[in-house]
Amino acid sequence: MPSIEVKNLSLSFGAVNVLNAMNIEVEDGEFLVLLGPSGCGKSTLLNCLAGLLDVSDGQVWIKGRNVTWEEPKDRGIGMVFQSYALYPQMSVRGNLSFGLKNARLGKAEIESRIARAAEILQIEPLLDRKPGALSGGQRQRVAIGRALVRDVDVFLFDEPLSNLDAKLRSELRVEIKRLHQKLRNTMVYVTHDQIEALTLADRIAVMRGGIIQQLDNPKTIYNKPANLFVAGFIGSPAMSMLEGVGAEGGVQIGDLHVPLAGYDGGQVLQGQKVVLGVRPEHVEVGPEGAGLPAIVDIDEPMGSDSLLWLTMAGQQISVRIGADVRFTPGQAVGLRFDIAKSSVFDVESEERI
Amino acid sequence: MGELAPGTMTGPRGPKPRKRLSARNIMLYGTLIVAALYYLLPLYVMVVTSLKGMPEIRLGNVFAPPLEITFEPWVKAWSSACTGLTCEGLSSGFWNSVQILIPSVVVSIAIASVNGYALANWKFRGSEMFFTILLFGAFIPYQVMIYPIVIILRELGLFSSLGGLVLVHTIFGMPILTLLFRNYFASLPEELFKAARVDGAGFWGIFFKVMMPMSLPIFVVAIILQVTGIWNDFLFGVIYAGTQNYPMTVQLNNIVNSVQGVKEYNVNMAATILTGLVPLVVYFVSGKLFVRGIAAGAVKG
Repeated sequence: MPSIEVKNLSLSFGAVNVLNAMNIEVEDGEFLVLLGPSGCGKSTLLNCLAGLLDVSDGQVWIKGRNVTWEEPKDRGIGMVFQSYALYPQMSVRGNLSFGLKNARLGKAEIESRIARAAEILQIEPLLDRKPGALSGGQRQRVAIGRALVRDVDVFLFDEPLSNLDAKLRSELRVEIKRLHQKLRNTMVYVTHDQIEALTLADRIAVMRGGIIQQLDNPKTIYNKPANLFVAGFIGSPAMSMLEGVGAEGGVQIGDLHVPLAGYDGGQVLQGQKVVLGVRPEHVEVGPEGAGLPAIVDIDEPMGSDSLLWLTMAGQQISVRIGADVRFTPGQAVGLRFDIAKSSVFDVESEERI
Repeated sequence: MGELAPGTMTGPRGPKPRKRLSARNIMLYGTLIVAALYYLLPLYVMVVTSLKGMPEIRLGNVFAPPLEITFEPWVKAWSSACTGLTCEGLSSGFWNSVQILIPSVVVSIAIASVNGYALANWKFRGSEMFFTILLFGAFIPYQVMIYPIVIILRELGLFSSLGGLVLVHTIFGMPILTLLFRNYFASLPEELFKAARVDGAGFWGIFFKVMMPMSLPIFVVAIILQVTGIWNDFLFGVIYAGTQNYPMTVQLNNIVNSVQGVKEYNVNMAATILTGLVPLVVYFVSGKLFVRGIAAGAVKG
């Protein structure tokens, strides 16, 4: 039985459709990430799951129960917010126990739940402090603790790490992953950060304009993006997009013929306008004459590796290379594409072929 | 020049010199002092006059300090000056004002804070419309409503009673207070409200346990507004309260504007200061509270 089922969910504010007939099933214990640019409806969807927004149409089922019109507290969810949303006048202990007191749990039960959550999150020394006396990372831990003490099966995260600095963010990211491995409950996580999505998710739902563009595991999303939007949104630096036309056994890009032998996808028709998408790490740079001719524009050393920007057939392409290899601007080289890991998109429909 | 121990500074020492009498400071303090004098001088005249006897006042030295300090005028203003038909001083008016003030302030703020909270956080169909209509009330001139309210109060049997006046003050405070509270609650992080809902708190639970503890500053502002506004009110008091319930301001007017007998300037001054004392105290006390309130609410959500 799926943990969360979203059936035909729609939401509109006036004439604006924020969510369009969504259908998602989240398995028990699964970590689902909702990923997309701001305004794509990902937070709205999460708020619908939490019951903080009334849906216009469709249903939400959690644990086999139709909760579409139930109050947030009755849905069996815990939620973590971007701004932590800790009650400033209460101590950490007060913050953790607030929901439990509302649920009229016994004193001993409340104590034991707080103790357990505090131990898991290592916030025991902070229990009697006010949120104002905590650092950002500590506050977010307490916010996670507030979801934890509710002892629920479903956790909802609304961009929980966006307010933290880069170092803390990667630390807490690992911690959330550890927490998920330990608790094994269902988590739905909203973010606009693709690194968070790729590292945490069992499955990612990439959203745009209230519509799910692709819902799959991170590997498939990365290697076989369903359309041009997903291809451009995932990956940093972005996938190089080379415009061309379908030709005999390959793609014609400018005056170059790129063979598509070994392509993992459908058939490219002759004369079809297409975009060949290649990730920077799926290109090999060789000496001039070996492969497709290109000219080096910029060499960007990044420590562990380097990024090479080149012009090929009048179009820009980026390549990730080892840190030891150096190129000079203007140098002529030959490129070899890993076609099996590349994607070809139809220009008209923007879908992957 | 004697020998210096190693490491001793040889340059100029002491705090960085500051020019006290710069042109900028003279301008600044000059303006401030003039402004302060401008506002303090009438107060000075009032206090000085209220401490003089009538013969001394007749000498006409308005600014001169009293030769012989007397508290007679204050006592008279409080307990035996004639306010119309009775001669009981301002004391009865003071207690009337207190009886008007406390319920009006408490009731209006209680209702307006819940109004503002509901309009900010529990939007319902037509809530914006409701708010607009309420706000419109703030711009309607009082004069338009005076007579209709007389009729309404008469029909309710509340005309010429404290209850009626409290009702009028509560209603007239509603638009501006609701606006104040709504904007304040809307400025609190929305996620806090959401978190409380997930935590299972209801309408009142969120209001009392989450919102109110964060709202001391706005409550203080509302109290200042209402206390000074209602205490200083003259118009509603004279129309709706009825003679036996006249607030202090109305009685002050009756003392000062009495046409019979000699003008007792010293009594008038004393009575005026007495009447103005409550708003004055509110400003002094709440000023401190206000700052503390802001500081308490300064914890980021």
